[in-house]
Amino acid sequence: MSTTSATPTDAAVELRRMTRRSFATGGIATVAGAASLWWIKHAVPEGGIPWPLRKMMEFNSRVSDAIFDPNRLAPTFDVSRAREPRVNGMIGLKKELDLRRWHLDVLTGGDKPVIERSLPINAIHELPRFEMVTEFKCVEGWSEVVHWAGCRLSDFIAKYGHDTPFVGLSTPDRAYYVGLDRASAVHSQSLLAYEMNGQPLTSGHGAPLRLVCSLKYGVKSIKRIGAIQFTNKRSADYWAEQGYDWHLGH
Amino acid sequence: MARIEYKHRRPIRWMHWFNVVLLSGMIWSGLLIYWANDIYRIQIGQRVLLKLFPDAFYNTFGLSARLAEGMAWHFALMWGFATNGLAYVGYTLFSGEWRHLVPNRNSFREAWQVMLHDLHLSRVEPPKRKFNGAQQFAYTGVILMGGGSLLTGLAIFKPVQFGWLTWLLGGYECARFEHFALTVGYVLFFLIHIAQVIRAGWNSLRAMVCGYELVEEVTP
Repeated sequence: MSTTSATPTDAAVELRRMTRRSFATGGIATVAGAASLWWIKHAVPEGGIPWPLRKMMEFNSRVSDAIFDPNRLAPTFDVSRAREPRVNGMIGLKKELDLRRWHLDVLTGGDKPVIERSLPINAIHELPRFEMVTEFKCVEGWSEVVHWAGCRLSDFIAKYGHDTPFVGLSTPDRAYYVGLDRASAVHSQSLLAYEMNGQPLTSGHGAPLRLVCSLKYGVKSIKRIGAIQFTNKRSADYWAEQGYDWHLGH
Repeated sequence: MARIEYKHRRPIRWMHWFNVVLLSGMIWSGLLIYWANDIYRIQIGQRVLLKLFPDAFYNTFGLSARLAEGMAWHFALMWGFATNGLAYVGYTLFSGEWRHLVPNRNSFREAWQVMLHDLHLSRVEPPKRKFNGAQQFAYTGVILMGGGSLLTGLAIFKPVQFGWLTWLLGGYECARFEHFALTVGYVLFFLIHIAQVIRAGWNSLRAMVCGYELVEEVTP
Protein backbone atom coordinates (compact mmCIF):
# COMPACT_ATOMS: atom_id res chain seq x y z
CA MET A 1 0.00 0.00 0.00
CA SER A 2 1.47 3.32 -0.98
CA THR A 3 1.32 6.12 1.50
CA THR A 4 1.49 9.84 1.26
CA SER A 5 3.06 11.28 4.32
CA ALA A 6 2.00 14.75 5.26
CA THR A 7 1.03 16.75 8.25
CA PRO A 8 -2.42 15.99 9.63
CA THR A 9 -3.93 19.08 8.10
CA ASP A 10 -2.24 18.51 4.77
CA ALA A 11 -3.47 14.93 4.69
CA ALA A 12 -7.05 15.95 5.41
CA VAL A 13 -6.92 18.74 2.84
CA GLU A 14 -5.38 16.51 0.22
CA LEU A 15 -7.96 13.80 0.82
CA ARG A 16 -10.78 16.32 0.60
CA ARG A 17 -9.49 17.45 -2.78
CA MET A 18 -9.28 13.88 -4.07
CA THR A 19 -12.72 13.08 -2.69
CA ARG A 20 -14.23 16.08 -4.48
CA ARG A 21 -12.62 15.05 -7.74
CA SER A 22 -13.77 11.44 -7.45
CA PHE A 23 -17.32 12.40 -6.57
CA ALA A 24 -17.39 14.77 -9.54
CA THR A 25 -16.27 11.95 -11.85
CA GLY A 26 -18.74 9.58 -10.24
CA GLY A 27 -21.50 12.14 -10.59
CA ILE A 28 -20.81 12.63 -14.28
CA ALA A 29 -20.68 8.86 -14.83
CA THR A 30 -23.98 8.42 -12.97
CA VAL A 31 -25.71 11.11 -15.02
CA ALA A 32 -24.32 9.67 -18.27
CA GLY A 33 -25.41 6.17 -17.27
CA ALA A 34 -28.88 7.27 -16.24
CA ALA A 35 -29.24 9.25 -19.48
CA SER A 36 -28.28 6.19 -21.56
CA LEU A 37 -30.79 3.99 -19.77
CA TRP A 38 -33.48 6.65 -20.15
CA TRP A 39 -32.65 6.95 -23.85
CA ILE A 40 -32.93 3.17 -24.38
CA LYS A 41 -36.23 3.00 -22.51
CA HIS A 42 -37.71 5.81 -24.63
CA ALA A 43 -36.26 4.81 -27.99
CA VAL A 44 -38.70 4.19 -30.86
CA PRO A 45 -40.35 0.79 -30.34
CA GLU A 46 -39.79 -1.98 -32.85
CA GLY A 47 -42.25 -4.82 -32.36
CA GLY A 48 -43.44 -3.48 -29.02
CA ILE A 49 -40.01 -2.96 -27.47
CA PRO A 50 -37.48 -0.08 -27.75
CA TRP A 51 -35.32 -0.71 -30.79
CA PRO A 52 -31.97 -0.99 -28.95
CA LEU A 53 -33.42 -3.86 -26.93
CA ARG A 54 -34.77 -5.44 -30.13
CA LYS A 55 -31.27 -5.19 -31.63
CA MET A 56 -29.86 -6.93 -28.56
CA MET A 57 -32.38 -9.77 -28.97
CA GLU A 58 -31.31 -10.18 -32.58
CA PHE A 59 -27.66 -10.15 -31.50
CA ASN A 60 -28.41 -12.83 -28.91
CA SER A 61 -30.10 -14.91 -31.60
CA ARG A 62 -27.05 -14.69 -33.83
CA VAL A 63 -24.90 -15.93 -30.95
CA SER A 64 -27.46 -18.63 -30.25
CA ASP A 65 -27.56 -19.69 -33.93
CA ALA A 66 -23.76 -19.82 -34.03
CA ILE A 67 -23.62 -22.40 -31.25
CA PHE A 68 -26.77 -24.24 -32.36
CA ASP A 69 -26.27 -27.94 -32.97
CA PRO A 70 -29.37 -29.75 -34.28
CA ASN A 71 -28.12 -33.00 -32.79
CA ARG A 72 -28.43 -31.73 -29.25
CA LEU A 73 -31.84 -32.81 -28.08
CA ALA A 74 -34.22 -31.61 -25.43
CA PRO A 75 -34.17 -34.13 -22.57
CA THR A 76 -36.78 -36.84 -22.75
CA PHE A 77 -38.52 -38.43 -19.80
CA ASP A 78 -40.26 -41.60 -18.80
CA VAL A 79 -43.90 -41.54 -19.84
CA SER A 80 -44.95 -41.91 -16.17
CA ARG A 81 -43.71 -38.36 -15.59
CA ALA A 82 -46.20 -36.93 -18.09
CA ARG A 83 -48.84 -34.51 -16.77
CA GLU A 84 -51.48 -32.35 -18.32
CA PRO A 85 -50.20 -28.84 -18.94
CA ARG A 86 -52.47 -25.93 -18.21
CA VAL A 87 -54.44 -24.34 -21.01
CA ASN A 88 -52.72 -21.01 -21.11
CA GLY A 89 -53.54 -19.30 -24.39
CA MET A 90 -56.88 -19.14 -26.16
CA ILE A 91 -55.98 -16.72 -28.93
CA GLY A 92 -57.21 -18.21 -32.20
CA LEU A 93 -59.28 -20.84 -30.38
CA LYS A 94 -62.19 -18.72 -29.32
CA LYS A 95 -64.60 -19.79 -32.04
CA GLU A 96 -66.02 -23.31 -32.08
CA LEU A 97 -64.25 -25.43 -34.70
CA ASP A 98 -66.12 -27.97 -36.83
CA LEU A 99 -63.54 -30.77 -36.96
CA ARG A 100 -65.25 -32.41 -39.96
CA ARG A 101 -64.66 -29.33 -42.05
CA TRP A 102 -61.10 -28.69 -40.83
CA HIS A 103 -58.26 -28.92 -43.31
CA LEU A 104 -54.68 -27.80 -43.39
CA ASP A 105 -53.76 -25.24 -46.02
CA VAL A 106 -50.23 -25.30 -47.39
CA LEU A 107 -49.25 -21.86 -48.62
CA THR A 108 -46.37 -20.53 -50.65
CA GLY A 109 -45.34 -17.06 -51.70
CA GLY A 110 -44.43 -14.13 -49.52
CA ASP A 111 -46.80 -11.22 -49.01
CA LYS A 112 -49.45 -12.63 -51.36
CA PRO A 113 -49.66 -16.26 -50.27
CA VAL A 114 -51.14 -18.84 -52.60
CA ILE A 115 -52.90 -21.96 -51.33
CA GLU A 116 -50.97 -24.81 -52.88
CA ARG A 117 -52.92 -27.63 -51.35
CA SER A 118 -55.53 -28.29 -48.72
CA LEU A 119 -54.92 -31.42 -46.68
CA PRO A 120 -57.35 -33.48 -44.60
CA ILE A 121 -56.24 -34.78 -41.20
CA ASN A 122 -55.69 -38.24 -42.74
CA ALA A 123 -52.77 -36.86 -44.70
CA ILE A 124 -51.08 -36.11 -41.36
CA HIS A 125 -52.04 -39.45 -39.80
CA GLU A 126 -50.52 -41.27 -42.74
CA LEU A 127 -47.10 -39.78 -42.13
CA PRO A 128 -44.76 -41.79 -39.84
CA ARG A 129 -45.96 -41.58 -36.25
CA PHE A 130 -43.50 -40.22 -33.71
CA GLU A 131 -43.85 -40.01 -29.95
CA MET A 132 -41.85 -38.06 -27.43
CA VAL A 133 -42.04 -37.17 -23.75
CA THR A 134 -40.47 -33.75 -23.36
CA GLU A 135 -40.69 -30.80 -21.04
CA PHE A 136 -43.13 -28.16 -22.23
CA LYS A 137 -41.60 -24.87 -21.13
CA CYS A 138 -43.73 -21.76 -20.84
CA VAL A 139 -42.13 -18.38 -21.29
CA GLU A 140 -43.85 -17.38 -18.05
CA GLY A 141 -41.57 -19.69 -16.13
CA TRP A 142 -43.52 -22.89 -15.51
CA SER A 143 -42.92 -26.20 -17.22
CA GLU A 144 -44.60 -29.59 -17.48
CA VAL A 145 -43.52 -32.96 -18.84
CA VAL A 146 -45.93 -34.00 -21.60
CA HIS A 147 -46.26 -37.08 -23.79
CA TRP A 148 -46.90 -36.12 -27.41
CA ALA A 149 -47.70 -38.11 -30.53
CA GLY A 150 -47.80 -36.87 -34.07
CA CYS A 151 -45.68 -36.63 -37.17
CA ARG A 152 -42.39 -34.88 -37.44
CA LEU A 153 -42.69 -31.48 -39.05
CA SER A 154 -39.61 -32.42 -41.09
CA ASP A 155 -41.48 -35.39 -42.59
CA PHE A 156 -44.42 -33.16 -43.40
CA ILE A 157 -42.14 -30.60 -45.06
CA ALA A 158 -40.40 -33.31 -47.08
CA LYS A 159 -43.72 -34.55 -48.43
CA TYR A 160 -45.90 -31.44 -48.69
CA GLY A 161 -43.69 -28.44 -48.08
CA HIS A 162 -40.74 -26.50 -49.40
CA ASP A 163 -37.19 -25.96 -48.31
CA THR A 164 -37.57 -22.29 -47.42
CA PRO A 165 -35.67 -20.39 -44.70
CA PHE A 166 -38.87 -19.72 -42.78
CA VAL A 167 -42.07 -21.52 -41.95
CA GLY A 168 -45.12 -19.66 -40.68
CA LEU A 169 -48.03 -21.38 -38.97
CA SER A 170 -51.38 -19.86 -38.15
CA THR A 171 -54.79 -20.73 -36.69
CA PRO A 172 -57.73 -21.08 -39.13
CA ASP A 173 -58.98 -17.59 -38.18
CA ARG A 174 -55.41 -16.15 -38.51
CA ALA A 175 -55.75 -14.67 -35.00
CA TYR A 176 -52.64 -16.48 -33.74
CA TYR A 177 -49.53 -17.08 -35.79
CA VAL A 178 -45.95 -18.11 -35.17
CA GLY A 179 -42.79 -18.14 -37.24
CA LEU A 180 -40.01 -20.71 -37.22
CA ASP A 181 -36.58 -20.70 -38.79
CA ARG A 182 -35.82 -23.74 -40.95
CA ALA A 183 -33.39 -25.29 -38.46
CA SER A 184 -36.02 -25.28 -35.72
CA ALA A 185 -38.76 -26.47 -38.08
CA VAL A 186 -36.85 -29.53 -39.27
CA HIS A 187 -35.47 -30.38 -35.83
CA SER A 188 -36.22 -33.98 -34.90
CA GLN A 189 -38.23 -32.83 -31.86
CA SER A 190 -40.55 -30.50 -33.78
CA LEU A 191 -43.88 -32.29 -34.11
CA LEU A 192 -47.23 -31.77 -35.70
CA ALA A 193 -49.01 -33.37 -32.76
CA TYR A 194 -52.50 -34.88 -32.74
CA GLU A 195 -52.32 -36.71 -29.40
CA MET A 196 -51.42 -35.58 -25.91
CA ASN A 197 -50.80 -38.02 -23.05
CA GLY A 198 -52.32 -40.89 -25.04
CA GLN A 199 -55.55 -39.09 -25.95
CA PRO A 200 -56.59 -37.15 -29.03
CA LEU A 201 -55.99 -33.43 -28.49
CA THR A 202 -58.79 -31.61 -26.74
CA SER A 203 -60.03 -28.35 -28.16
CA GLY A 204 -58.23 -26.35 -25.47
CA HIS A 205 -54.95 -28.03 -26.30
CA GLY A 206 -55.31 -27.41 -30.02
CA ALA A 207 -57.42 -30.12 -31.70
CA PRO A 208 -57.08 -31.43 -34.28
CA LEU A 209 -53.45 -30.50 -34.92
CA ARG A 210 -50.90 -28.42 -33.07
CA LEU A 211 -47.21 -27.77 -33.15
CA VAL A 212 -44.87 -28.94 -30.41
CA CYS A 213 -41.44 -27.38 -30.75
CA SER A 214 -39.27 -28.69 -27.94
CA LEU A 215 -36.50 -26.23 -28.76
CA LYS A 216 -38.64 -23.25 -27.90
CA TYR A 217 -40.96 -21.77 -25.34
CA GLY A 218 -44.56 -22.95 -25.46
CA VAL A 219 -45.86 -19.81 -27.17
CA LYS A 220 -44.25 -21.11 -30.37
CA SER A 221 -46.16 -24.39 -30.12
CA ILE A 222 -49.25 -23.06 -31.87
CA LYS A 223 -52.54 -24.84 -31.27
CA ARG A 224 -55.25 -25.57 -33.88
CA ILE A 225 -53.07 -25.08 -36.95
CA GLY A 226 -55.05 -24.00 -40.01
CA ALA A 227 -52.28 -23.06 -42.39
CA ILE A 228 -48.58 -23.58 -42.91
CA GLN A 229 -46.77 -21.10 -45.11
CA PHE A 230 -43.35 -21.59 -46.67
CA THR A 231 -41.60 -18.31 -47.21
CA ASN A 232 -38.26 -16.63 -47.79
CA LYS A 233 -39.15 -13.74 -45.51
CA ARG A 234 -39.21 -14.08 -41.75
CA SER A 235 -42.74 -15.11 -40.87
CA ALA A 236 -44.90 -12.89 -38.70
CA ASP A 237 -45.10 -13.93 -35.08
CA TYR A 238 -47.86 -12.89 -32.70
CA TRP A 239 -45.74 -12.48 -29.57
CA ALA A 240 -42.75 -11.01 -31.42
CA GLU A 241 -45.10 -8.12 -32.21
CA GLN A 242 -45.79 -7.71 -28.48
CA GLY A 243 -42.20 -7.12 -27.43
CA TYR A 244 -40.95 -10.71 -27.25
CA ASP A 245 -37.96 -12.17 -29.04
CA TRP A 246 -38.84 -13.71 -32.40
CA HIS A 247 -36.68 -16.81 -31.79
CA LEU A 248 -37.43 -17.63 -28.13
CA GLY A 249 -35.51 -20.83 -28.01
CA HIS A 250 -32.70 -23.36 -28.12
CA MET B 1 -0.95 12.20 13.16
CA ALA B 2 -3.05 11.17 10.23
CA ARG B 3 -1.98 10.01 6.84
CA ILE B 4 -3.64 9.06 3.60
CA GLU B 5 -3.52 5.43 2.62
CA TYR B 6 -4.34 3.96 -0.76
CA LYS B 7 -6.93 1.23 -0.24
CA HIS B 8 -8.92 0.34 -3.36
CA ARG B 9 -7.39 0.47 -6.82
CA ARG B 10 -9.17 2.35 -9.57
CA PRO B 11 -10.35 -0.66 -11.67
CA ILE B 12 -11.76 -2.31 -8.55
CA ARG B 13 -13.71 0.83 -7.70
CA TRP B 14 -15.12 1.27 -11.20
CA MET B 15 -16.10 -2.39 -11.46
CA HIS B 16 -17.68 -2.25 -8.01
CA TRP B 17 -19.94 0.66 -8.96
CA PHE B 18 -20.69 -0.72 -12.42
CA ASN B 19 -21.81 -3.87 -10.70
CA VAL B 20 -24.15 -1.93 -8.43
CA VAL B 21 -25.99 -0.68 -11.52
CA LEU B 22 -25.81 -3.93 -13.48
CA LEU B 23 -26.87 -6.21 -10.64
CA SER B 24 -29.71 -3.85 -9.70
CA GLY B 25 -30.83 -3.96 -13.33
CA MET B 26 -30.63 -7.75 -13.40
CA ILE B 27 -32.65 -8.06 -10.19
CA TRP B 28 -35.24 -5.54 -11.36
CA SER B 29 -35.68 -7.16 -14.78
CA GLY B 30 -35.59 -10.57 -13.08
CA LEU B 31 -38.55 -9.51 -10.93
CA LEU B 32 -40.46 -8.51 -14.06
CA ILE B 33 -39.89 -12.07 -15.30
CA TYR B 34 -40.59 -13.74 -11.96
CA TRP B 35 -43.94 -11.96 -11.71
CA ALA B 36 -45.28 -14.11 -14.59
CA ASN B 37 -45.04 -17.26 -12.48
CA ASP B 38 -44.36 -16.32 -8.87
CA ILE B 39 -44.65 -19.73 -7.30
CA TYR B 40 -41.86 -19.76 -4.73
CA ARG B 41 -43.08 -19.81 -1.16
CA ILE B 42 -42.34 -21.34 2.19
CA GLN B 43 -45.22 -23.41 3.43
CA ILE B 44 -45.98 -26.13 5.94
CA GLY B 45 -48.80 -28.32 4.74
CA GLN B 46 -51.44 -25.95 3.42
CA ARG B 47 -50.21 -23.01 5.47
CA VAL B 48 -48.23 -20.49 3.49
CA LEU B 49 -45.69 -18.86 5.79
CA LEU B 50 -43.99 -16.68 3.22
CA LYS B 51 -44.92 -16.00 -0.38
CA LEU B 52 -42.57 -14.11 -2.64
CA PHE B 53 -44.12 -11.67 -3.29
CA PRO B 54 -47.50 -10.26 -2.17
CA ASP B 55 -49.45 -8.43 -4.87
CA ALA B 56 -48.91 -5.16 -3.02
CA PHE B 57 -45.19 -5.52 -3.70
CA TYR B 58 -45.69 -5.71 -7.47
CA ASN B 59 -48.22 -2.92 -7.42
CA THR B 60 -46.04 -0.62 -5.34
CA PHE B 61 -43.06 -1.03 -7.63
CA GLY B 62 -45.09 -1.29 -10.86
CA LEU B 63 -43.75 -4.72 -11.75
CA SER B 64 -46.95 -6.31 -13.10
CA ALA B 65 -47.50 -7.54 -16.66
CA ARG B 66 -44.11 -6.50 -17.98
CA LEU B 67 -42.66 -9.91 -18.87
CA ALA B 68 -41.52 -9.01 -22.40
CA GLU B 69 -39.82 -5.86 -21.14
CA GLY B 70 -38.19 -7.79 -18.30
CA MET B 71 -36.80 -10.43 -20.65
CA ALA B 72 -35.53 -7.80 -23.09
CA TRP B 73 -33.60 -5.96 -20.38
CA HIS B 74 -32.45 -9.13 -18.63
CA PHE B 75 -30.93 -10.59 -21.80
CA ALA B 76 -29.29 -7.28 -22.70
CA LEU B 77 -27.84 -6.40 -19.29
CA MET B 78 -26.58 -9.97 -18.82
CA TRP B 79 -23.68 -9.21 -21.16
CA GLY B 80 -22.60 -6.27 -19.04
CA PHE B 81 -23.03 -8.21 -15.81
CA ALA B 82 -21.01 -11.16 -17.12
CA THR B 83 -18.30 -9.00 -18.69
CA ASN B 84 -17.88 -6.84 -15.60
CA GLY B 85 -17.77 -9.88 -13.33
CA LEU B 86 -15.24 -11.74 -15.45
CA ALA B 87 -13.12 -8.59 -15.78
CA TYR B 88 -13.16 -8.25 -11.98
CA VAL B 89 -12.06 -11.84 -11.45
CA GLY B 90 -9.39 -11.45 -14.15
CA TYR B 91 -8.14 -8.23 -12.63
CA THR B 92 -7.92 -9.55 -9.07
CA LEU B 93 -5.96 -12.57 -10.33
CA PHE B 94 -3.68 -10.49 -12.55
CA SER B 95 -3.00 -7.75 -10.00
CA GLY B 96 -2.46 -10.11 -7.08
CA GLU B 97 -5.40 -8.49 -5.29
CA TRP B 98 -6.87 -11.97 -4.83
CA ARG B 99 -4.39 -12.52 -1.96
CA HIS B 100 -6.35 -10.04 0.14
CA LEU B 101 -9.69 -11.48 -0.93
CA VAL B 102 -9.49 -15.26 -0.95
CA PRO B 103 -9.94 -16.88 2.48
CA ASN B 104 -6.98 -18.77 3.91
CA ARG B 105 -6.73 -21.33 6.68
CA ASN B 106 -7.12 -18.71 9.41
CA SER B 107 -10.08 -17.00 7.82
CA PHE B 108 -12.77 -19.22 9.23
CA ARG B 109 -11.70 -18.71 12.85
CA GLU B 110 -11.28 -15.03 12.23
CA ALA B 111 -14.65 -14.72 10.51
CA TRP B 112 -16.29 -16.31 13.54
CA GLN B 113 -14.58 -13.84 15.88
CA VAL B 114 -15.53 -10.90 13.68
CA MET B 115 -19.12 -12.05 13.72
CA LEU B 116 -19.14 -12.34 17.52
CA HIS B 117 -17.61 -8.89 17.74
CA ASP B 118 -20.11 -7.35 15.35
CA LEU B 119 -22.98 -8.92 17.27
CA HIS B 120 -21.53 -7.39 20.46
CA LEU B 121 -20.87 -10.83 21.93
CA SER B 122 -17.11 -10.44 22.05
CA ARG B 123 -14.72 -7.60 22.71
CA VAL B 124 -11.92 -8.98 20.55
CA GLU B 125 -11.31 -6.34 17.86
CA PRO B 126 -11.22 -7.53 14.24
CA PRO B 127 -7.69 -7.48 12.81
CA LYS B 128 -6.61 -4.23 11.17
CA ARG B 129 -5.91 -5.20 7.63
CA LYS B 130 -7.53 -4.63 4.28
CA PHE B 131 -10.06 -7.44 4.58
CA ASN B 132 -10.70 -9.54 7.67
CA GLY B 133 -11.76 -13.18 7.53
CA ALA B 134 -15.47 -12.38 7.45
CA GLN B 135 -14.96 -9.98 4.58
CA GLN B 136 -12.87 -12.55 2.71
CA PHE B 137 -15.68 -15.08 2.93
CA ALA B 138 -18.30 -12.52 1.98
CA TYR B 139 -16.45 -11.01 -1.00
CA THR B 140 -15.23 -14.32 -2.37
CA GLY B 141 -18.60 -15.93 -1.76
CA VAL B 142 -20.51 -13.25 -3.62
CA ILE B 143 -18.22 -13.70 -6.63
CA LEU B 144 -18.91 -17.43 -6.61
CA MET B 145 -22.62 -16.58 -6.44
CA GLY B 146 -22.15 -14.39 -9.50
CA GLY B 147 -20.62 -17.35 -11.33
CA GLY B 148 -23.55 -19.43 -10.13
CA SER B 149 -26.01 -16.91 -11.53
CA LEU B 150 -24.33 -17.03 -14.93
CA LEU B 151 -24.37 -20.83 -15.01
CA THR B 152 -27.92 -21.31 -13.72
CA GLY B 153 -29.04 -18.49 -16.01
CA LEU B 154 -27.45 -20.11 -19.05
CA ALA B 155 -29.07 -23.42 -18.06
CA ILE B 156 -32.55 -21.93 -18.20
CA PHE B 157 -31.86 -19.56 -21.11
CA LYS B 158 -30.61 -22.28 -23.50
CA PRO B 159 -31.73 -25.53 -21.87
CA VAL B 160 -31.36 -27.62 -25.04
CA GLN B 161 -27.95 -26.45 -26.25
CA PHE B 162 -26.61 -26.51 -22.69
CA GLY B 163 -28.65 -29.56 -21.72
CA TRP B 164 -25.66 -31.09 -19.90
CA LEU B 165 -25.44 -28.02 -17.68
CA THR B 166 -29.18 -28.03 -16.99
CA TRP B 167 -28.89 -31.73 -16.14
CA LEU B 168 -25.95 -31.10 -13.79
CA LEU B 169 -27.98 -28.47 -11.98
CA GLY B 170 -30.80 -30.93 -11.41
CA GLY B 171 -33.01 -30.13 -14.39
CA TYR B 172 -34.83 -27.11 -15.73
CA GLU B 173 -37.07 -26.44 -12.75
CA CYS B 174 -34.23 -26.88 -10.25
CA ALA B 175 -32.01 -24.54 -12.24
CA ARG B 176 -34.76 -21.93 -12.27
CA PHE B 177 -35.13 -22.21 -8.52
CA GLU B 178 -31.36 -22.01 -7.99
CA HIS B 179 -31.20 -18.93 -10.19
CA PHE B 180 -33.87 -17.33 -8.02
CA ALA B 181 -32.32 -18.46 -4.72
CA LEU B 182 -29.03 -16.81 -5.69
CA THR B 183 -30.91 -13.56 -6.15
CA VAL B 184 -32.31 -13.87 -2.64
CA GLY B 185 -28.69 -14.38 -1.60
CA TYR B 186 -27.65 -11.08 -3.23
CA VAL B 187 -30.39 -9.25 -1.39
CA LEU B 188 -29.21 -10.69 1.93
CA PHE B 189 -25.61 -9.84 1.03
CA PHE B 190 -26.71 -6.32 0.16
CA LEU B 191 -28.50 -5.81 3.50
CA ILE B 192 -25.49 -6.93 5.56
CA HIS B 193 -23.08 -5.06 3.29
CA ILE B 194 -25.00 -1.80 3.69
CA ALA B 195 -25.28 -2.28 7.45
CA GLN B 196 -21.53 -2.82 7.67
CA VAL B 197 -20.77 0.19 5.48
CA ILE B 198 -22.92 2.36 7.73
CA ARG B 199 -21.14 0.96 10.78
CA ALA B 200 -17.69 1.45 9.26
CA GLY B 201 -18.59 5.00 8.36
CA TRP B 202 -17.71 7.63 5.84
CA ASN B 203 -13.97 6.91 5.71
CA SER B 204 -14.65 3.41 4.45
CA LEU B 205 -17.31 4.41 1.91
CA ARG B 206 -15.12 7.24 0.63
CA ALA B 207 -12.30 4.77 0.04
CA MET B 208 -14.53 2.91 -2.43
CA VAL B 209 -15.14 6.18 -4.28
CA CYS B 210 -11.76 7.92 -4.33
CA GLY B 211 -9.52 5.03 -3.36
CA TYR B 212 -7.92 6.55 -0.28
CA GLU B 213 -8.70 6.49 3.38
CA LEU B 214 -7.50 8.55 6.27
CA VAL B 215 -5.51 6.50 8.77
CA GLU B 216 -4.89 7.77 12.27
CA GLU B 217 -1.35 6.98 13.30
CA VAL B 218 -0.69 6.12 16.89
CA THR B 219 2.01 8.49 18.02
CA PRO B 220 4.57 6.77 20.22
